[in-house]
Amino acid sequence: MSETTSQQRPAALIIEAGRTERHYWRDLWRYRELLGFLAWRDVKVRYKQAVLGVAWAVVQPTIQTFLLTFVFHKLARMPSGNISDSQYPLLVLAGLLPWQLFSGAFSGAGNSLVSNSHLISKVYFPRLIVPLSAVVVAFIDMLVLLVIALPYAMYEGIFPTWRMLLLPVFILGTMIVALGAGLWITSLTVKYRDFRFISAFLLQIGIFVTPVGFSTDFLPNWRDWLALNPLTSMVEGFRWCLLGGHTEFYERGLFLSLAVTAIMLLTGLWYFRITERRFADVI
Amino acid sequence: MGEPVITVEKLSKRYTLRHQARSGLLRDKLASLLRNPFQQIRTARATAEEFWALRDINFSVNQGDVLGIIGRNGAGKSTLLKILSRITEPTTGRISIQGRVASLLEVGTGFHGELSGRENIFLNGAILGMTRSEIRKKFDEIVAFAEVDKFLDTPVKHYSSGMYVRLAFAVAAHLEPEILIVDEVLAVGDAAFQRKCLGKMEDVARKDGRTVLFVSHNLDAILRLCTRAILLQAGQLRSDDRPTAVANIYLAQKRDQQATLNLIGRPRSNNLRQRVTLISLHQAGAPTKTWSYSFGEPLGFCVTVQACDGVEALELHYAIFSAAGAEVGSASNLVNNQMISVASGVTEISFHLPHLHLVPGDYYLNLALKSPAGLEDFLTEVVRFNVEVSAESAKYGVDLIHAFCVPESTFTLRHFSSP
Repeated sequence: MSETTSQQRPAALIIEAGRTERHYWRDLWRYRELLGFLAWRDVKVRYKQAVLGVAWAVVQPTIQTFLLTFVFHKLARMPSGNISDSQYPLLVLAGLLPWQLFSGAFSGAGNSLVSNSHLISKVYFPRLIVPLSAVVVAFIDMLVLLVIALPYAMYEGIFPTWRMLLLPVFILGTMIVALGAGLWITSLTVKYRDFRFISAFLLQIGIFVTPVGFSTDFLPNWRDWLALNPLTSMVEGFRWCLLGGHTEFYERGLFLSLAVTAIMLLTGLWYFRITERRFADVI
Repeated sequence: MGEPVITVEKLSKRYTLRHQARSGLLRDKLASLLRNPFQQIRTARATAEEFWALRDINFSVNQGDVLGIIGRNGAGKSTLLKILSRITEPTTGRISIQGRVASLLEVGTGFHGELSGRENIFLNGAILGMTRSEIRKKFDEIVAFAEVDKFLDTPVKHYSSGMYVRLAFAVAAHLEPEILIVDEVLAVGDAAFQRKCLGKMEDVARKDGRTVLFVSHNLDAILRLCTRAILLQAGQLRSDDRPTAVANIYLAQKRDQQATLNLIGRPRSNNLRQRVTLISLHQAGAPTKTWSYSFGEPLGFCVTVQACDGVEALELHYAIFSAAGAEVGSASNLVNNQMISVASGVTEISFHLPHLHLVPGDYYLNLALKSPAGLEDFLTEVVRFNVEVSAESAKYGVDLIHAFCVPESTFTLRHFSSP
């Protein structure tokens, strides 16, 4: 819109049944500051009364890294290829980064509408802001972890390469997977609170069917099946970027998982948008 | 007056009330689907009841109008505001709005207790639709209006409720929309603050020539602020006129009542437990259709409640409000230091106020039921009753009294002879 037209009398806003569609994406852009504010609120509030503060974003994944290393490497003796024993925790950590990002974003987005119900029933804004801000919060947590992980990798002798430049692609991919799934869960939770439990359950299964604690290089028979889980490629992508070529990358799996991701995001958006107009009435 | 900035045409909003499966649990859906897959559609229709919160509303608001919206609870006022502020969609009809709208349906929406006053100003401002730079520009004004400058960096959970409300209103009052929609926000805060808010709203309307839509139970505020008013009754537009004319229709409408009021179908908020519910209300002694008491006569009410199994102890709370919306007095059976014990089924509870000498005029009664588990039922404006002048009141000279009640007083004298 040019400067001159906005100086004139702006077009009237029309409210009609089924008419919310029209300005939705423009409104989403107009409310982008709110997206930032909500994410900032959640980050701030979370650490406000915690003595260890932001350290909590690191403590839990660290313990998880060593637990998963112990289970998959020491007990289950999963092969590690050209990754040395002392580097196995890095393999796990590189898998845990996208997993943490996904699970944080997915559960945050899944609960977002219900936990912000006081806003939804009192103020107008494009509701998509709410799950989006949960994804942003998870992203910030992951950045903290990434900042810790990089020096550790260098200490273990793995230095960043040009592949690191592709990392943002996989970060974005993981967030899109989480958003797609989160949109489904959060719209369904508004009506059926059962989906809170279902999403917690899905996460518990997810950490095992996603190659977080192991690498798929040595499971050729299972690769296509694992690739149906769109996170598999994201995990492999993270490893490929961070571990400087110590792991393989399975291209066919990437296309499979991109297809699944796209379907999830589009259907998630579709379902969110058709249920959105009823949120304030049902919540 | 300017041209219309809001045009509402044939606006209706339907809610579907489900009597069964009210919890919306997936379990209920699945269970009934399994039990009888073919009947599912039929029973769904039978248990769902349609409720028109608004029906065929037409009106328009001109630039610079201050429109008051009045009506009993459940008349559709809040639904209308929610549709105008785009929180919920209409079922049918069309609204066209010219200009930027800000709506204030609640004071302090989105305030977070853990965040400081400063942080909440930014957060709340963003939620209400201000940009960061607008908030920064208004920041000092907001702080000055709220009078919280000393506590700006304290988490608002440590604020007194007065400070909290002042800060919340201050943020909202400094929005600069072309159209401002306000719902019953003046019901909070102390009298001085309410005056300040009304003053601020007057400024917004008169000086800046902005359009304001204003819902309130406080008729005084409506009469003082508004240039026009509409009256909603059971979802329909009953009247659209000067505020005094509409207020008179509203007051007359409220007097039209039954001797025994059925409370079952009254609109309630949905956060009530409702294991004990208010069923009906009549005057204790000789019930009248007009619900009038003469001055000095003890006020007596008789309420019936229905309880489910497992509720034993019950508190009955009542509050009396003046017609203009000020709380005159409230109490519960706890003042007698006793719990009401109810068995499952219907129980009648009567209560008397022997010594409250209400000044002749109109009053409302609010009722609430509480059990140890929480709030069971709550109704506002259960009845509008009237206190009439009598020989007794003439003796007290009540026509010169501007208070709500005349305390029973004794005066004793001790005379000292001058030395």
